[in-house]
Amino acid sequence: MRHVVVIGAGPAGLAAARAARARGARVTLLDASDALGGQYWRHLPPERPAGRERVLHHGWSTFESLRSRLEADPHCEIVTGAQVWAIEAGSAERSPLTGAAARTAQAVPTVHALIGQSDGSARRGLTLTPDALIFATGAHDRTLPFPGWDLPGVFTAGAAQAFAKGERVAVGDRVLVAGAGPFLLPVAASLAQTGARVLGVYEASRTAGLLRGWLPKPWKLLGAAKKAGELAGYVGSHLRHRIPYRLGHAVIAAHGSDRVESVTVARVDANWAPIPGTERRIEADAVCVSHGFTPRLELPIAAGCSIGPDRFVTVDERQQTSVVEVYAAGEITGIGGVDLALAEGAIAGHCAAGGRPDDEDVDRPRRDRSTYTDFATRIETAHGIRSGWTAWLDDDTLVCRCEEVSVGRLRAAAHATCSTGLRSLKLSSRAGLGICQGRICGRTVEQLLGGLAADHGPLIDGVTTDRRPIASPVRIGELAAAFIPSHNPPIVPGKDNHE
Amino acid sequence: MAARLLPFGNDPIRPTTPAAIEISLDGESAAGVAGQSIAGVILASGRLAWRRTSEAGSPRGLFCGIGVCFDCIVIVNGERDVRACQRRAADGDTVASQRDTLPGVGR
Repeated sequence: MRHVVVIGAGPAGLAAARAARARGARVTLLDASDALGGQYWRHLPPERPAGRERVLHHGWSTFESLRSRLEADPHCEIVTGAQVWAIEAGSAERSPLTGAAARTAQAVPTVHALIGQSDGSARRGLTLTPDALIFATGAHDRTLPFPGWDLPGVFTAGAAQAFAKGERVAVGDRVLVAGAGPFLLPVAASLAQTGARVLGVYEASRTAGLLRGWLPKPWKLLGAAKKAGELAGYVGSHLRHRIPYRLGHAVIAAHGSDRVESVTVARVDANWAPIPGTERRIEADAVCVSHGFTPRLELPIAAGCSIGPDRFVTVDERQQTSVVEVYAAGEITGIGGVDLALAEGAIAGHCAAGGRPDDEDVDRPRRDRSTYTDFATRIETAHGIRSGWTAWLDDDTLVCRCEEVSVGRLRAAAHATCSTGLRSLKLSSRAGLGICQGRICGRTVEQLLGGLAADHGPLIDGVTTDRRPIASPVRIGELAAAFIPSHNPPIVPGKDNHE
Repeated sequence: MAARLLPFGNDPIRPTTPAAIEISLDGESAAGVAGQSIAGVILASGRLAWRRTSEAGSPRGLFCGIGVCFDCIVIVNGERDVRACQRRAADGDTVASQRDTLPGVGR
């Protein structure tokens, strides 16, 4: 029986596990959290049953059906609390070619995980050497820095969503939602459903940009009526809650001594540069800001998968990456939403289990994939980050929250060293070297340094902040114990491995 | 007003009333319900920040909420560097705020 390992139990990973089982493979499904569903179907824990939890979710019945089928399946081993901390690429030499041409007959990578309570010190090691590996690791919020963004009370939009859906906690009482992208709408709706007063949703993109992104070839949206319905649902919920939705506006500063007390909102031009004279102070006790998503690429990169110029994992029609028998599905191949993730997951699972991409079993996912792929392009065209945002930074604004590196210090390091290498600039400024491993600031540091380095030439070392050979902080003791077999009892399927 | 747990009677999802739990943060008790994260219990108890940064000593609390940023790390029952947003609170947990001083900086 072929053994398929799926990393990530959000929509893409669940669909992949289901499809791989349907095609007859044995599946191990790993997720770092202690529940299935990922961030999209983040839900209340079993200790808190609720009769109508579905009203907080889209596609809840799809989730419930995937979850119950996989949980009841003896050939699907679900391991939650599984933090994958390293991927060891297969032994063969990597080809210097890029893209599909680089695919070599190397062995399938080995997966190293620690199983147990989140950040616990008594986790057990688990090493897997599957016949096929599927990455469905998803994405996290990207929040651009602004003065005061390090004050308590400033959250990512994802944090507001996770605590509303996962705990029924509203992160504030008077809350502003800001940034860019369709994700701001469900976040505002969730906050309102959790008892917060949402003062407004401030979307940096302007009407013209949105029309350019969403309206050309509107007939293409017909195939994606479900998606349009989901977005219309959020807008409807906004109207019911009377939440203003302002286009061409951005939160450009948060104010307060030890916590957020107010924010400055300003109109921005088409390039996202704030328009002087349009600033307005709004009192708020929380502000939730996201400007899009960053895919979680460290595991695919460690496996040797090619990353495209758009900084997503490159896949073929089977969802296979540049490494043979390594597949990718969901937001790590492009930010396209839940329907695309489900379709890609189903195709990846089917092919990883030995199926062909033109098999009848995957007709529907294949159709869905072509329908929803268009959404990724539309979202990027309409809401993608524009370069003018750096005009709202000041010298004291932190870029790297972990190492407390300000914009001024980053610029000074770049000027003092005249360096055009990202790696040396990280070392001289310390930006991106903290405990989050550059996940929050990495792309921003690259962009700022890229802009500065234009005087000296582009960043030349070809390094990105996405590469993290140790994919998650690990305790030294656990690292040692993971390689001593007697400290490494096997994981028992169906048993609670958390204690 | 600040962050809060939605009262069960007002919740459109019709929850059952969950079991109450209590944890302590730096010696002060905070009440929550079973299944909440440590960050959720602390936030809903009215405290927005529980860490001080190493260099400036600035207050930090929850930021990303999904285990990515590590801003919310705390000491739980003596175990350091635990992300408060990822760890479920257990009744009786003793939580201490964390400040990691740099050599020669701060105290």
